[in-house]
Amino acid sequence: MDNLPWIFISALLVNNFVLTYFLGLCPFLGVSNSLETSARLGLATTFVMLVTAVCAWVLNTYVLIHAPYLRLICFIVVIASTVQFIEMLIKKLSPALFRAMGIFLPLITTNCAILGLAIFATNRGYGFWEGIVYALGAGIGFTLALVLLAGLREEAELSSIPKLIQGTAMNLIIAGILSMAFMGFAGLFSST
Amino acid sequence: MKNNQSYEEFIKGVWRDNPVFAQVLGMCPMLAVTNSAVNAVAMGMATFFVLVGSSFLVSSFRNWIPKQVRISCFIIIIATFVTIADYTLLALVPKVHKELGAFIPLIVANCLILGRQEAFASRYPTRLAVMDAIGMATGFLLALFSLGAVREILGDGALFGVKLFSANFEPWVIMILPPGGFLTLGVILLFFNWFKFKKDEFLEDVAEAERSGH
Repeated sequence: MDNLPWIFISALLVNNFVLTYFLGLCPFLGVSNSLETSARLGLATTFVMLVTAVCAWVLNTYVLIHAPYLRLICFIVVIASTVQFIEMLIKKLSPALFRAMGIFLPLITTNCAILGLAIFATNRGYGFWEGIVYALGAGIGFTLALVLLAGLREEAELSSIPKLIQGTAMNLIIAGILSMAFMGFAGLFSST
Repeated sequence: MKNNQSYEEFIKGVWRDNPVFAQVLGMCPMLAVTNSAVNAVAMGMATFFVLVGSSFLVSSFRNWIPKQVRISCFIIIIATFVTIADYTLLALVPKVHKELGAFIPLIVANCLILGRQEAFASRYPTRLAVMDAIGMATGFLLALFSLGAVREILGDGALFGVKLFSANFEPWVIMILPPGGFLTLGVILLFFNWFKFKKDEFLEDVAEAERSGH
């Protein structure tokens, strides 16, 4: 139990999903053009990650010990349908919350950050609480990276940039510099 | 005529609509595994197998898959091929499999593969779908290889593990670390933009010259 804070910080900063594992790049580059949208996408992703961690734990404990080769198919099908089900629940129970993150939910259900979370948590043999904390750290880390990039891109919009470099090329180079900054956290632990 | 069409489907994936450089798809596995040329090629081959296999199957079954549940069907087909690729790599090259780690199963979330099933394989006859998949996969493999080669040469002074420079070469370590992936791809895309820019300029000049000539 005492390694929970380390799992959290490791997923949040040292092994940030976007900037060191390159997971979830499509939304990272696609949706990061405004601060508000990216904060909402981050919220939705964190939420789906929590659901994923629970699903992965249940599957690993009760189902997949009998059939490990079905891991991938099971994860995808169960995660996608659980998220779909929760989306319907939220729509009924809290329209305000649904407006805040509803449209993103179907988009991110089989995003590689989500599936990556399930696979990493399985490979490292995380238990229930470790999985939850890992998902929380990874989700907040994803949101952090997304919001940082969105802020930088909003700034860049106002400055005059050569036409040649605008677009994905510039975003990738900005992401590279961000990633370099996050490398600074690498010395935080001796082992992760 | 028919052969021309197959060739056309093939070549568009390799160059004009290259999945990485022109469409910016499939970035996640792309950047994560290209820290050396060997890993990049292994990943490219695995993606090749999955893409061609699932395009073949989806296109063969395209008249039987109901429209409403097509995405789920595609994903299950893709996941099956990914599982096969995962276990095959584990059996044949365990060392590479260990380095690629979780990124082999993650091929299933590569938007390039699902994108091709939705946009092409589910609408066209099997032969064209397979050609399209081969083209796209070759384009992806080439992109992975060029990125992996650049990063390995700069970051390690080697290609496929063979040292290229004398001992005086100071490796550019950042290139094999995560930031190097973003930076290298950014610069390659910049080059592609420049190329497109020049081509457009050239075409405009030609049009201008034709107009003034008449």
